[in-house]
Amino acid sequence: MRRRLRVTLGAVAALLLGAALWEGYKAVGSADGASVFGVRVLPRADDSAMPHVLDILRRFGQPELAGGDPIWLVVLDACLFTLRSVAVGFGVGAVIGLVLAVVMQRFRVVERGLLPYVILSQTVPLIALAPVIAGWGGKLSLGSYPWQPWMSVATIGAYLAFFPVAVGMLRGLHSPAAIAEELMHSYAAGWWRTLVKLRLPASTPYLFPALRLAGAAAVVGAVVGEISTGTRGGIGRLVIEYSREATGDPAKVYTAMIGAALLGLAVAALVGAAEFLLNRRRRVLV
Amino acid sequence: MTAVDLSGVGKVFNAGRADQVVALTGVDLTVESGQFVSLIGPSGCGKSTLLRLVADLIRPTTGTLTVAGKPARKARLDQEYGIAFQQAGLFEWRTVLRNVELPLELRGTGRRERKRRAEEMLELVGLSDFAAHYPAQLSGGMQQRVAIARALAVHPPLLLMDEPFGALDEMTRERLQDELLRICAQTGTSTIFVTHSIPEAVYLSDRVVVMSARPGRITDVIEIDLGPRSEATRQSAGFFAGITKVRRALRGSPAPASAEVPA
Repeated sequence: MRRRLRVTLGAVAALLLGAALWEGYKAVGSADGASVFGVRVLPRADDSAMPHVLDILRRFGQPELAGGDPIWLVVLDACLFTLRSVAVGFGVGAVIGLVLAVVMQRFRVVERGLLPYVILSQTVPLIALAPVIAGWGGKLSLGSYPWQPWMSVATIGAYLAFFPVAVGMLRGLHSPAAIAEELMHSYAAGWWRTLVKLRLPASTPYLFPALRLAGAAAVVGAVVGEISTGTRGGIGRLVIEYSREATGDPAKVYTAMIGAALLGLAVAALVGAAEFLLNRRRRVLV
Repeated sequence: MTAVDLSGVGKVFNAGRADQVVALTGVDLTVESGQFVSLIGPSGCGKSTLLRLVADLIRPTTGTLTVAGKPARKARLDQEYGIAFQQAGLFEWRTVLRNVELPLELRGTGRRERKRRAEEMLELVGLSDFAAHYPAQLSGGMQQRVAIARALAVHPPLLLMDEPFGALDEMTRERLQDELLRICAQTGTSTIFVTHSIPEAVYLSDRVVVMSARPGRITDVIEIDLGPRSEATRQSAGFFAGITKVRRALRGSPAPASAEVPA
């Protein structure tokens, strides 16, 4: 209980510290920032580049446009819209990563042949990839259900999310000691039962850190995917829209960015909760 | 009835390559049902290889090998043996009870029967109170006892042990030796036991198989007849005589006492 209190206090203190740094820089920083040989190394500190923290918070309560919904509601709606893409992308990516890891563990040839491409896949710039995926999506349908733009976004999320799971799980599946494998062999357990009874349980310590990375990657993928495919309704779109109004309404774009950050935190918290539930069944060691 | 029968068994690793190793050559060995046989020898003499051949974890290059009258592979598939290694190798995510249940689970034994048998095995190794604990909560000696309980869970007629007490302190080791003898007598299990320790081999065994390296082979088989073991056995003249015999066999000569002159 005291530990939880300390964690909460620490989180609050970190937030306050961030706000204090922001306001502190605003107080002492030059309105034009600082440039070295024409390269700006410190941001401009005027109100249009760095609005006051309180202004940003206040902006959440004000309507998006005159007479419209308050911003917090608009941002929340957008986050929930994006959350669907994130959840689907995360789920699909995690399953693909898991299956890839299992296949790579099973067949050394596949590991040798496939792993370089798995790594290569992450070096393709997302901005280049997103329009291609959106383009393919326009020609697809799931049975009678037509392809939706958010599915392209989810696909991009999955494309980023599968990677940490594939790499982490591969390590996890290889983690059992040789004698554990010999033991399973001595019990006449085949590949499948060795996987279920030994490799999968042995890899959970690798799985959850990988899932947390995958969650963050799915959020990034979804936000960037929305921006680069021009999908409407999500938080990524909101970031772009609001940034266009940044000259007249500088606090507005920050509300959308905070929304995107909170979305990432929410996904990380969900993975953490899943891990907590699983570990509780298993009990923490003395 | 013979528990294990090897004739002309040899094992070559990396045959035909530059790093070829002749691990074992010309091994003939018979273990009678209910017998306790130790394999002893210097590192690299192939005693672990021999055990792993019997367990069908590796295949022999030459010779024939039967376990419980069947080919080694068939015996493994029928779970005719239980095996324990130097590390307990328990699954840390399972409780002690569920670790002991594992071989039964893989055999398709029903849930209730599994639990009953595992509890019986834990009783046998004196760990009934720790059934719900996790391996990390146990001492090394206790973990090794769980591993033995697990090896015995399917009531195999044969127990294979690869230096199971090698990592334990002397007191724990002696206690577990007595426990092992009691369990083997109680269950009528035949045992092949790999060890580095001469007193351990002599104390436990009906026969001590002495091996030598390069190439790995059996150089001597020493019969030990000490009757039922007790604390007094460890102090008896017969015990020390056995130790001397094994030591001489390991040195590879009748060891004339004063032949060695320091250079």
